[in-house]
Amino acid sequence: MNKENIKSWLKINLFSNWYNSIISLFVLIVILLIIPSFLDWAIFKATFIGKTKADCKTGGACWVFISVWFEKFIYGFYPDKELWRVNLAFIILILSVLSAFFVKPKIKPYILFFLVFIFPIIGFILIHGGFGLENVETRVWGGLSLTFMLTFFGIIFAFPLGVLLALGKRSELPVIKYFCIAFVEFWRGIPLITVLFAAAIMFPLLLPANFNVDKLLRVAIGLGIFESAYVAEVIRGGLQSLPKGQYEAAKSLGMSYWKMNFLIILPQAIKTVIPGLTNTFIALFKDTPLIILVGLLELLGMVNLAKSNSYWLGMAVEGYIFVGLIFWFFSYLLSRYTQSLEKKFSTERH
Amino acid sequence: MFLNSEFKTSLKKNLRLSNLVPQLLLIFFFFFVIYFFANNAQLNMKARNMNSGFDFLGTNSGFDIQFSLIDYDGSSSYGRAYLVGLLNTLLVAFFGIFFATIIGFIIGVSRLSSNWIINKLSLIYVELFRNLPLILQIFFWYFTVLRSLPSTEKSLIIFNFLIINLQGFYIPKFIFTNSHYIIYGIAFTLLTIFLIKYYAKKMFYEHAKVIPVFKISLLLIILFPLIFSLIGGVSINVEYPKLVKNFGIFNYLGGVKLIPEFLALVFSLSLYTSAFIAENVRAGILAVNKGQKEAAKSLGFNNSQSLNLIVIPQALRVIIPPTTNQYLNLTKNSSLAAAIGYPDLTGAFAGTALSQTGKAIEIIFIVMMTYLTISLLISLILNWYNKKIALVER
Repeated sequence: MNKENIKSWLKINLFSNWYNSIISLFVLIVILLIIPSFLDWAIFKATFIGKTKADCKTGGACWVFISVWFEKFIYGFYPDKELWRVNLAFIILILSVLSAFFVKPKIKPYILFFLVFIFPIIGFILIHGGFGLENVETRVWGGLSLTFMLTFFGIIFAFPLGVLLALGKRSELPVIKYFCIAFVEFWRGIPLITVLFAAAIMFPLLLPANFNVDKLLRVAIGLGIFESAYVAEVIRGGLQSLPKGQYEAAKSLGMSYWKMNFLIILPQAIKTVIPGLTNTFIALFKDTPLIILVGLLELLGMVNLAKSNSYWLGMAVEGYIFVGLIFWFFSYLLSRYTQSLEKKFSTERH
Repeated sequence: MFLNSEFKTSLKKNLRLSNLVPQLLLIFFFFFVIYFFANNAQLNMKARNMNSGFDFLGTNSGFDIQFSLIDYDGSSSYGRAYLVGLLNTLLVAFFGIFFATIIGFIIGVSRLSSNWIINKLSLIYVELFRNLPLILQIFFWYFTVLRSLPSTEKSLIIFNFLIINLQGFYIPKFIFTNSHYIIYGIAFTLLTIFLIKYYAKKMFYEHAKVIPVFKISLLLIILFPLIFSLIGGVSINVEYPKLVKNFGIFNYLGGVKLIPEFLALVFSLSLYTSAFIAENVRAGILAVNKGQKEAAKSLGFNNSQSLNLIVIPQALRVIIPPTTNQYLNLTKNSSLAAAIGYPDLTGAFAGTALSQTGKAIEIIFIVMMTYLTISLLISLILNWYNKKIALVER
């Protein structure tokens, strides 16, 4: 860009008239005041290497806090010598998701099948134990890995249930239709916290006395059911957008209800609402920290615990920035990916 | 007749065996689950020597709530604790919605600004706040920002109107005497505006005369309550917070005290929700076709007429439904209060009252039903509004 171009760009975009000029100047000054001091604190004066709080003497951010607690933030209280099991499970997950981008379309359904039906079993055995592996109680699970586990579980639990509820809401059978409507409206009408309280405190009272369901499992199922109502609403939108002719064509070919829905209707409906579905799953991801309220410590919970450790008081800002960066990165990445999908699909149609 | 035959065919369809069986199974399954839960609950209660029911609502709660809109102390009943919690929830929701709307509209309009820096800053704002978990934002405000405020002795005092310190924000309290006259005044104004509106409509359709209803209303809403309060002898007393030393500890007394829990919630709820509202506003403005503005111009509308009569009504049609949904989300999200101990419905009632009484089933049922009622009420209003403004297409 040459000088003239820069000048005209500034004129058009920053100083087009007198009040725009004033606003631009004011904002620029504020930014110039804030950013250097923030960078000073976060990078130039910060301490990165050390083992205790005492190593942070420079007055900047104390990132030592993060590096010392890093393992706890990621794995919770999972026993040290068993960490490879969590790592292995996540490596399998990441590899199989990544491979979906590179293989031929024909193989993709098999990867999906693996992820939905086989991987959860492998992952559970790896992380929980069994088949010769030492049992690790869910009590010690935690940190970022728990956030991801809950999100993954929530997705594969909520998605099929949401599909069934969406179909049920459009059913011709009144009992099923109104049951599904009431079910969805109920879960959408209450806050997630009450669901978590109910799962953690109330639900054990509703089961036989000698029948114990793990607290994490109860909370995860609560989360899954809660999210399924939102999934159902999104998929219903997709179903509504399909022209009636699709149903009629499928019926005229003699297809049964299930065949029609699973081969003709749902593939098209789900494709149109992929952006909405991703948004729902981002919301699920951002909602997982709420389990701190029922005493389960995922990433935010672990940071909260660490910052109230008496040796590490006053580290809240660093901890929250760390949590914020991680959550922001994944949410933003997913929402960007969704937007690119949206664009891709919209060009395909025109 | 038509309806009757339609009903008959649908009845016939439902009575077909393949359709009847799944429905009966669902009914059976539903009642079985309810029976199973109720039975277990009863057995569990008996084993713990607890009695079920809602009688506890009338008994003394024995705990204090530090932030309450109505009189409340330890000798009040659990029922009253519920009411305090509900009012606190509504209070946070009200202020959250108020600020979220204002910020959201400003950011939403800024997103379309031709000024590059404003445009990008508002984009950063939206992407930052909506991609961070709300509970993290609440913690951030509560544990870091509000905890770094000065102590009571070194309070920040802004124009003697706002006092900021670690204990919270203090603002003066306005005490009205004969305040009912102001309410009469407002009621009278509303009635007058209603009549003027009716008259203006008549004048417009019968004599093609335009009466500036909005300007007249604005004038009246200031004028009438003022006249009424002069007649009724309304006086306003301002009670300023005062620094008092008690047992060697400085404290502010008097005025209205806004506790940090309340502030953290209102800040984070309004900032978080405003990011979503901003996107709605942006989409709404973009949705109005350029041709609409040009058509208004070619009909001889001036700028404010085309904005008021053509652009804004169409943009609002797109903005309001998703924004109402955001209001609903904000109200439900206010239950995160429990995480920092703000005594709302979840914090005070589902938190403290539940741990004291152990009546998990009853209390969680009440809390869920309360939120459900609020949600359903808001969505009923939304549906009614949607029907009212829906485009009538021929």
